[in-house]
Amino acid sequence: MKIVYFAWLREKTGVSEETVSLPDSVNDVRGLIEWLGAKDPGYADAFDDLAVVRVAVNQEYANLDAQLGPGDEVAFFPPVTGG
Amino acid sequence: MIRVQREDFDVGAELDRLSADRGSVGGLCAFVGLVRDMSGRRAISAIELEHYPSMTERALEQIEAEATERWPLDASIVIHRFGRLEPGERIVLVGTASAHRQAAFEACEFIVDWLKTKAPFWKREHTDAGTRWVDARASDSAALARWDREDAAGHGPSVRARGAPKKAAE
Repeated sequence: MKIVYFAWLREKTGVSEETVSLPDSVNDVRGLIEWLGAKDPGYADAFDDLAVVRVAVNQEYANLDAQLGPGDEVAFFPPVTGG
Repeated sequence: MIRVQREDFDVGAELDRLSADRGSVGGLCAFVGLVRDMSGRRAISAIELEHYPSMTERALEQIEAEATERWPLDASIVIHRFGRLEPGERIVLVGTASAHRQAAFEACEFIVDWLKTKAPFWKREHTDAGTRWVDARASDSAALARWDREDAAGHGPSVRARGAPKKAAE
């Protein structure tokens, strides 16, 4: 699975994109966040306040319960500030 | 039409294109977003706009399609820039063309409200105190929610799309 990060989530995790193989125990966005947070303090910091984290799965907005598969692209980013 | 680009755009030329060869267009409405020179009490030297390329165009196309379904538009355009921009530079253009002004005004405002809260762009400001990511504003979400409430209350946009809704026709 491909994961991409934008804005301060990219800075806190230290990566703009990565490819990961999910353990069998991880099957939704919430599980992915917990799994990533346990990996590294930078990730734990990035996901500390989920109220300011937005998620997209395959370029569409998704919520924490969205199911994930191996070919998906998951994006994490803050609330948008364009326009 | 949707464009996501680093370079500037010519507002007049873009609006001319919206009405060219469309004799039914009676009015054009344009919103142009600019980089401000102040953030609170700090002078801004530049902003950087980051975006999510594979999602951005898809998201903008969806909102343009939604506006076209809600209002009787003859044409519309959304251009959003990314990269480094200095105060006074143009960031975004939303242009709408319709037979009458009300649809053009409302659809333009709807698209701007939507892209402020949904289009995957992030601004970082550079000031003499350093750089910081701009926080999202609750008032932007409230502005978008207004369009939902109008629908929920059964009023909807004050100008209805011509003919049957596209979703029902499909």
